[in-house]
Amino acid sequence: MGHDYEAGKKTAVRIISILAIITIAEVLFALLGKGYIIPGVHFPAVIMGGVMIIMSLVKAYLIVYEFMHMKYEMPGMVRSVLLPLFLLVWGIIAFLYEGTAWKGNRQKVIEKNERSVETLTQPSAETYHADDSH
Amino acid sequence: MADTLTQTNSPMTEGSWDGASRPFKASYGKLMMWYFLLSDAFTFAGFLIAYGALRMSSPTWPVPDFVFSTVPEWLPGSAHHKPLIFVTIMTFILLASSFTMVRAVQEGQQENKNGVVFWMVLTIIGGAAFLGCQAWEWNTLINEEHVSYHTNPFGTHTEYGKYLEGDGHDIEAGDTFQPGDSYLIHNVDGHWHKLKYEVTEGEDAGMTKEMSFGPKAFSALFFFITGFHGFHVFSGVVFLLIICINAASGLYVARKNEYEMVEKIGLYWHFVDLVWVFVFLVFYLL
Repeated sequence: MGHDYEAGKKTAVRIISILAIITIAEVLFALLGKGYIIPGVHFPAVIMGGVMIIMSLVKAYLIVYEFMHMKYEMPGMVRSVLLPLFLLVWGIIAFLYEGTAWKGNRQKVIEKNERSVETLTQPSAETYHADDSH
Repeated sequence: MADTLTQTNSPMTEGSWDGASRPFKASYGKLMMWYFLLSDAFTFAGFLIAYGALRMSSPTWPVPDFVFSTVPEWLPGSAHHKPLIFVTIMTFILLASSFTMVRAVQEGQQENKNGVVFWMVLTIIGGAAFLGCQAWEWNTLINEEHVSYHTNPFGTHTEYGKYLEGDGHDIEAGDTFQPGDSYLIHNVDGHWHKLKYEVTEGEDAGMTKEMSFGPKAFSALFFFITGFHGFHVFSGVVFLLIICINAASGLYVARKNEYEMVEKIGLYWHFVDLVWVFVFLVFYLL
């Protein structure tokens, strides 16, 4: 038990150090990719997003498996907690797709409004305001 | 740890319905804490997915390293244009409090009362410090930048243009901008200073326009989601305080269950840290 305790202390220090390093890396990468560290350097949004998401998932894994001791639980318990979370994969795909569709539909409405204003024989300036967005 | 679990000195007989049997070799309390956290994870995921959907549906979105670039004046350097620095400090405070929580649980497994209380007090201080930082951040956004859940003065340009007037802060008349550049509409004595600018390229070239507000979903989502997380931190601090006082009073010594209550609040506390990882990702990094 005494040996376990000393090993546990060491593991805690190791994990918190890794979490701190990943956090610093995330912030530095965010600033680097947007040209704050080296002026003019810009990374594509897909690379920025991908790297950030992977680093966050590594942090989440370390917190759940090491700090919350998921590593030492029974496999059945681990599955009963973690498997339901995979429903979120579909949730993320579906709702991001939905959000993009809303933008497309709004754009379509704006374009149709513009076209109908142009084709009206007597266009009325009062009924149409191009800039009512905020 | 599963291998160090001991049966409690319960007078109850072994049976499926009296709480003596342990599914997955975990105590009832720990198991239920895990399932509560699972349900809470779905709540937070729902909010963050709503953020994603609304962000995708908006033609522009405020740039986080422009919005979150203020630091308190007592920190070294100038008070403005230090992107993401303050929120990194907040993240470190929460991570540090997660570490002290791990140590409190480890001392509990050694049945070391003073160790548990010492590390729990540090965890409480960390939680309170995080809440203090969040209060400062909210105060800056609400009282200095005049962001509210229904008005978002952080906008993004969609055209090339040239300012026709300055705002007395960073923008001067004649400054040019391009699509994707951020701006903040200043509010002085209740009046919004929407700067006029001339479009220099595209089909509207030559037209005079004025700044418009950014998507209000941004500020509503920010206050709601960080507020909901902050409320979790606040309740965590309250529960930590109660359990810390109980531990100090010797209540858990008598239970002889390796301070399981400390372990359960530890699970909750790490979860709060875990949620922050994703709030940090979604609001500040992406």
